[in-house]
Amino acid sequence: MDFSFSEDIELLREGVRKFVQEEVEQAAMEIEEKNEIPERIFEMTKDMGLFGLSIPEEYGGLGLDMVGKCAIYEELGKTHNGFTTLVGAHTGIGSVGIVELGTEAQKQKYLPKMATGEWIGAFALTEPSAGSNAANMKTRAEKKGDKYIINGSKHYITNGLDGHVFTVMAVTDPEKGAKGITSFIVEKDFPGFEVGAVEEKMGLRGSHSVELFFDDMEVPEENVLGEEGQGYVNALKILANGRAGLAARNLGSCEKLLEHCMDYVFEREQFGKPIFEQQVIQHKLADITMEIEALRALTYRVAWMTDQKQRVVKEAAVAKLFGSEVYNRVADAAVQIHGGIGYMKEYPIERYYRDARITTIYEGTSEIQRNIIASQLKREVKKSTKAGVK
Amino acid sequence: MNIFVIMKRTFDTEEKIAVNDEQIEEEGAEFIINPYDEYAVEEAINLREEHGGEVTVVTVGEEESEKQLRNALAMGADKAVLINTEDDLEDGDQFTTVKILEAFFEEKEVGIILAGNVAIDEASGQVGPRLAERLDIPYVTTITSINVDGKTVQIERDVEGDVEKVETYLPLLVTCQQGLNEPRYPSLPGIMKAKKKPLEELELDDLDLEEDDVEAKTKTVDIFLPPEKEAGKVLEGEVDDQVTELVALLRNEAKVL
Ligand SMILES: Cc1cc2nc3c(=O)[nH]c(=O)nc-3n(C[C@H](O)[C@H](O)[C@H](O)COP(=O)(O)OP(=O)(O)OC[C@H]3O[C@@H](n4cnc5c(N)ncnc54)[C@H](O)[C@@H]3O)c2cc1C
Ligand SMILES: Cc1cc2nc3c(=O)[nH]c(=O)nc-3n(C[C@H](O)[C@H](O)[C@H](O)COP(=O)(O)OP(=O)(O)OC[C@H]3O[C@@H](n4cnc5c(N)ncnc54)[C@H](O)[C@@H]3O)c2cc1C
Repeated sequence: MDFSFSEDIELLREGVRKFVQEEVEQAAMEIEEKNEIPERIFEMTKDMGLFGLSIPEEYGGLGLDMVGKCAIYEELGKTHNGFTTLVGAHTGIGSVGIVELGTEAQKQKYLPKMATGEWIGAFALTEPSAGSNAANMKTRAEKKGDKYIINGSKHYITNGLDGHVFTVMAVTDPEKGAKGITSFIVEKDFPGFEVGAVEEKMGLRGSHSVELFFDDMEVPEENVLGEEGQGYVNALKILANGRAGLAARNLGSCEKLLEHCMDYVFEREQFGKPIFEQQVIQHKLADITMEIEALRALTYRVAWMTDQKQRVVKEAAVAKLFGSEVYNRVADAAVQIHGGIGYMKEYPIERYYRDARITTIYEGTSEIQRNIIASQLKREVKKSTKAGVK
Repeated sequence: MNIFVIMKRTFDTEEKIAVNDEQIEEEGAEFIINPYDEYAVEEAINLREEHGGEVTVVTVGEEESEKQLRNALAMGADKAVLINTEDDLEDGDQFTTVKILEAFFEEKEVGIILAGNVAIDEASGQVGPRLAERLDIPYVTTITSINVDGKTVQIERDVEGDVEKVETYLPLLVTCQQGLNEPRYPSLPGIMKAKKKPLEELELDDLDLEEDDVEAKTKTVDIFLPPEKEAGKVLEGEVDDQVTELVALLRNEAKVL
């Protein structure tokens, strides 16, 4: 057993840390106020090659394995989560489908421009009628000659405003339920594609979740991603692939919160001494540390298992679930430790508190993760010798 | 064009610095490329992009300096040279460094050498100009803009906030000042590539130098941190009295008037 990162990963992570802390972190207040990522930061992120994290080297990316990706995501988690989400959604659910399921021609066409960040990727599964129950989608794709005509809408689509390439799930055969769904690669310039309203959210400012409308949108048949009828399975695969990465981002945010707390508890004096001297504060910090350490171990084990090509359905759900719930607990404790200032916008703590809240909801709610874990437990029992479990 | 950058590994003065036994405590200190040398690396890369050629970064240092050289390679330099004095020298001064660099450049065909204006650790600002003197080439310090056209070079330099325009020619040594450019962050692909770029390691022997040849001409007698800042003074009373008191303090205590 070896818990160390390769030298490559250490160097990359150091490079990302420097950029994130010197540039993005300095822009965090601006992102929060203007609800957008400054052009300058966006351009620097491109120059850094961050948009190519998960894209193979032959298509101009870095081709990092999951452990490497998680190490970078951990660093990205240590700053404004809106920025983290832009990069996270692009390098995760926004491009993984094409990397894992795309044909050679699709990869050649899309990945090089996505690796540089010229084309931003997004993933469009959710609809008003299809959230946790994604198979209940209404968006319909009908084949006409060598094209598909898509009608319907999506909502809450991250990176939708700046996105160029969308992995879209739509029903090709309504008779077949979940097995009648197909994934498509959709470009924003396709006729009939329209971006609707940008949702006003509780947090994640700078990251835009939008409605998408498809009105007789024409998609050439070579843009079917994977096999027809496999869209639901594809979507689950893409989401499962992103879970370790999300856990790593949450890990980074928790570490940053602990760092803020450690600065504050020695600086802030009440009752004639630093609040660190209060045992309740010490114990809160100890609990935060315990959860961070547990999350770190869990995250990198799932990442490592993924790189070993092991089945990680259960473990990835555990990491997503634990990571997002830990983040919420840590953010809550951090606000408490900071007292009144923890509630104020002039300080970053309340921002993390709001941004933490989405993590138990998107990319599969906590309840859905628990369902996945339980169904995996049942599967294991069924596979073992125990008879009678159906 | 053969573009050289002379650069130095130094501690990060934005981090806490401790002095122990008249030496700066290395443990716990963060080490970086001297920030002025970073301007030099950035400008070297820009010059290469414009005029072609090759960027070589050179440092006189120790084994640990490899990290800063790799950083410069990750930014985009082509080759690195580490002149490692770890086994040969206890300590040295600007004379030592210049003597070593002079030996290194003796055989080289130089287009331009870029250096930092000063190193933020000792801030002597001597190495660049002294090296140019030894190599018998022109030098311009504290540059904020450079334009090479054939052999002719147009430079703007910072003179305590004013701008001086200088015309000179290659081969040339310049020292770089803040404002010259904004150094890039090494890109992630750049960081990966840097590992595979050539890094040559030399010792005094390889430059036909003996320890005696480079022996320091000066001795550092003491190093100490500046005194801690004292708490500010709050003046009270009528505004007129406060102003009178302030002026008196500025004149007699602070001695700035
Ligand atoms: C900021 C933001 C960004 C998003 N980005 C994207 C994106 O890029 N692409 C995309 O496709 N989608 C995206 N989404 C959608 C997101 O994935 C869904 O919101 C999420 O899956 C939950 O679906 P829902 O909102 O419809 O809630 P619902 O599914 O209606 O859930 C409501 C509640 O019921 C619970 N529940 C539902 N079914 C069950 C069950 N079977 N067992 C137990 N409990 C259950 C849920 O856990 C939840 O607590 C985003 C959402 C947000 C808020
Ligand atoms: C929105 C808002 C409205 C407010 N309105 C009012 C108002 O109308 N009037 C008013 O007077 N004030 C008001 N306050 C101030 C509020 O009452 C204080 O913020 C609160 O008492 C905490 O004080 P503090 O922020 O200085 O935190 P601190 O006292 O610095 O506390 C920081 C942390 O240390 C802990 N701590 C401190 N001392 C101890 C100890 N001895 N043992 C264990 N733990 C300790 C705290 O519990 C907290 O976790 C308001 C604050 C906010 C945010």
